[in-house]
Amino acid sequence: MSIIYFLIGCSILLALCFLAAFFWAQRTGQNDDLYTPSVRILLDDDREVESSAKSDNNHISG
Amino acid sequence: MPKTTIIEKTTCFHCGDDCFSEDFIIEDKHFCCHGCKTVYQVLDENKLCGYYKYNEHPGLSRASLNKRFDYLSDPTIVSELIDYTDQKISIVTFYIPQIHCSSCLWLLEQLNKINPAVHYCRVYFLKKQLNIRFDHQKLSLRQLVELLYDIGYEPIISLQDIVKKQNSEPKDNLVSKIAVAGFCFGNVMLLSFPEYLGISAYEHSFRYFFGLVNILICLPVVFYSGMGYFISAYQNLRKKVLNIDFPLALGIAVLFVRTVAEVLSKTGAGFADTLCGLVFFLLIGKFVQKKTYHHISFERDYRSFFPVAVHIIEDDVEIPIPLAKLQTNQRIIIRHNEIIPADAILLKGEALVDFSFVTGESIPVSKTLGEIIYAGGRQTGEAIELEVVKAVSQSYLTQLWNNEAFTRKQDNRMQTFNEKVSKYFTIVLLMIAFSALLFWLPIDARKGFAAFTAVLIVACPCALALSTPFTMSAALSIFDRNFFYLKNTAVVEQLARIDTIVFDKTGTITTGDNNSVQLDAALTEKQVQLIYSACINSTHPLSRLIYHYLGGAKRLSVDAYSEIPGKGIAATIEGHRILMGSAMFVFNRDDEAARATNVHIIIDDVYMGRFAFTNHARLGMDKVAALDQNYKLFLLSGDQDHDRFELISFFKDPGAMHFNSSPQDKLNFIQSLQQKGQKVMMIGDGLNDSGALKQSDLGIAVTNNVNNFSPGSDAILDGKSFDKLPLFLKFSKDTVKIIHFSFLISLTYNLIGLSYAVTGNLSPLIAAILMPLSTVTIISFTSIATHLAAKNRLLA
Repeated sequence: MSIIYFLIGCSILLALCFLAAFFWAQRTGQNDDLYTPSVRILLDDDREVESSAKSDNNHISG
Repeated sequence: MPKTTIIEKTTCFHCGDDCFSEDFIIEDKHFCCHGCKTVYQVLDENKLCGYYKYNEHPGLSRASLNKRFDYLSDPTIVSELIDYTDQKISIVTFYIPQIHCSSCLWLLEQLNKINPAVHYCRVYFLKKQLNIRFDHQKLSLRQLVELLYDIGYEPIISLQDIVKKQNSEPKDNLVSKIAVAGFCFGNVMLLSFPEYLGISAYEHSFRYFFGLVNILICLPVVFYSGMGYFISAYQNLRKKVLNIDFPLALGIAVLFVRTVAEVLSKTGAGFADTLCGLVFFLLIGKFVQKKTYHHISFERDYRSFFPVAVHIIEDDVEIPIPLAKLQTNQRIIIRHNEIIPADAILLKGEALVDFSFVTGESIPVSKTLGEIIYAGGRQTGEAIELEVVKAVSQSYLTQLWNNEAFTRKQDNRMQTFNEKVSKYFTIVLLMIAFSALLFWLPIDARKGFAAFTAVLIVACPCALALSTPFTMSAALSIFDRNFFYLKNTAVVEQLARIDTIVFDKTGTITTGDNNSVQLDAALTEKQVQLIYSACINSTHPLSRLIYHYLGGAKRLSVDAYSEIPGKGIAATIEGHRILMGSAMFVFNRDDEAARATNVHIIIDDVYMGRFAFTNHARLGMDKVAALDQNYKLFLLSGDQDHDRFELISFFKDPGAMHFNSSPQDKLNFIQSLQQKGQKVMMIGDGLNDSGALKQSDLGIAVTNNVNNFSPGSDAILDGKSFDKLPLFLKFSKDTVKIIHFSFLISLTYNLIGLSYAVTGNLSPLIAAILMPLSTVTIISFTSIATHLAAKNRLLA
């Protein structure tokens, strides 16, 4: 059963990695603005629109 | 019957306003003004018309049309605005109130398509801020601002930089503390389960190991996440105040010490998971309480409305200088929509000054040459020249703001329920703990200490500490949804205890926007066209009201036109002579007796009638006035009493109305009510109320634009929710009831726990179940009950 010692060490280490990831996200400001990305994701990438504008129109009309 | 020509209304492709003219058309797109048209042209040139794809009419009509950013060439001003700069790039953050939809976001993040010198831009939607990184060798700050102006997003650059202020706010790392506490809580719980579920005899070596790991994990919880409670409890003890942080800190300390003692002496498993859970839940409560509005600032003072620079005239040349360098005797030039920054004498031009910022009155006042104009007014119409008589820091407005009475800090407004209760709670808790200790000490010293610590652990007022924040934050979001923005959660309780309400008149009960135009004349279609065509040439607010009222009549070409400032218009259109204006102007006599503002019309020497403008009480005032059943209502007004008659229907007691009050009088009046022991709520707007707002137990600023000036207020009420005020008051009382009730619930849990604790037989399992259970009960009860109460009051 000594494997428990090892497993617990692993589990805590893994959890610490997650905690560190959260701290990193917090420090680099990834959680500062939680609203704008929700709008941003709905906007199309412009280049795609321009290149595929014609075929899109065809789809709609057809 | 007067007839009006009804032309099919076209709306502006850019902003969606009605188009009053046919002058601005590109291809098949109509625009209401030159500003909107140029924005479209700029976007079209840069192939950014996708802007119009996401929303219909995403633009806003432009407030200012003068593109004067030459002051941004001044290096001292530039260095103050820029966040960061090195040899190659600069970073700047602007506050742009026009940001309102996904199109704004889309466009502003594509700035580098218009100018490649912009490397990066990012919108903070709720804060309405734009962060830009640009190459300052290829693009100056001034050019950048002009670019933003060209696409219809002029940033607000003011003396008190709102952006800087928000960024410089001290960041407490509450989120990090919660993260640490949550991490530890989870891990400790995992390691505590074997103990609760029972460890078989041959696994006993693990027990000590688990205990040690638990202690290790608890260390950051106590000394990092929970440190704030120790500091606060200590500071309050020094001030001889027993607040709720004291029993909380005591609970945390006792939990930790007992856990360490039990594990190291191998006598038990300790309370590590209760400890971590307690700190975790407490911090979450704190987080919920700290709800902040990104889009509203309560800290704005007059400086955030003043420009950073002003144009002075020296040797017939206009030069921009920073406002701080403005001296007396300098000549300044103020254009349409600019604020007069210092008290000054009018030298040239037609001054039509909107003092809504200071008095709440939104109809501009005309000033004659040689008159002193106080700082804070906003010029409308043409450019004027003034001579500064007092420095910015000495001006009437600044003096008013810096007046001791206006800026005084009030620390003891009203004690919250939580503060009141926690004092007694702490005393009773300590008494029970010590009596348990004394009871057991002669029999079994060990058991005595066990009972003593168990009492402090189990009665730790976690649920009590959480009931207020969760109820209040739920209430706050309800108010928020109804356009009533409170400064913090404590305001809800203050709202519930109010018994006297004082209203300001101008801007609060009556609003300039509610002006209604009434036409007392029988006009032919032709005459309507004549009047419309004459008025459309004028920028006077009354002319604007008239032509909006006549809306969409055919515009005729004007042969001769002259406008006499403050008096009226004389015009010749298609051979007809039109004379419109005040009685003084039109018939050379005064009509002082008139109750309303009138504009008289004479066409071809025949008196046709008049337009009457009446000031209406805000919508829903009758509902608010019905509050006199339970509250004492008063009215304070800086004006003459010519509205007394109209207001008597709302304030039945004539003694409740006080006219001709100066800002200081208003403050004194509130003070005298408070000395009689009344809890006064002041509802006002504008700078002249700010002293009274601050002095009152609860100051509410009513405004039609939440970004307006609202100093000294505890809450900002959007004008359109004014009629809901009685509901808000009732709802605040409901929330206080909910807090009382949740206090009872948490007491019940405490009593159950105590009954175990005093015997000295508190098992870690019971503590570990009781603590989260009570917390979850309180959180769910308060949130559900608050939303039910809101539904009941029709606010949800």
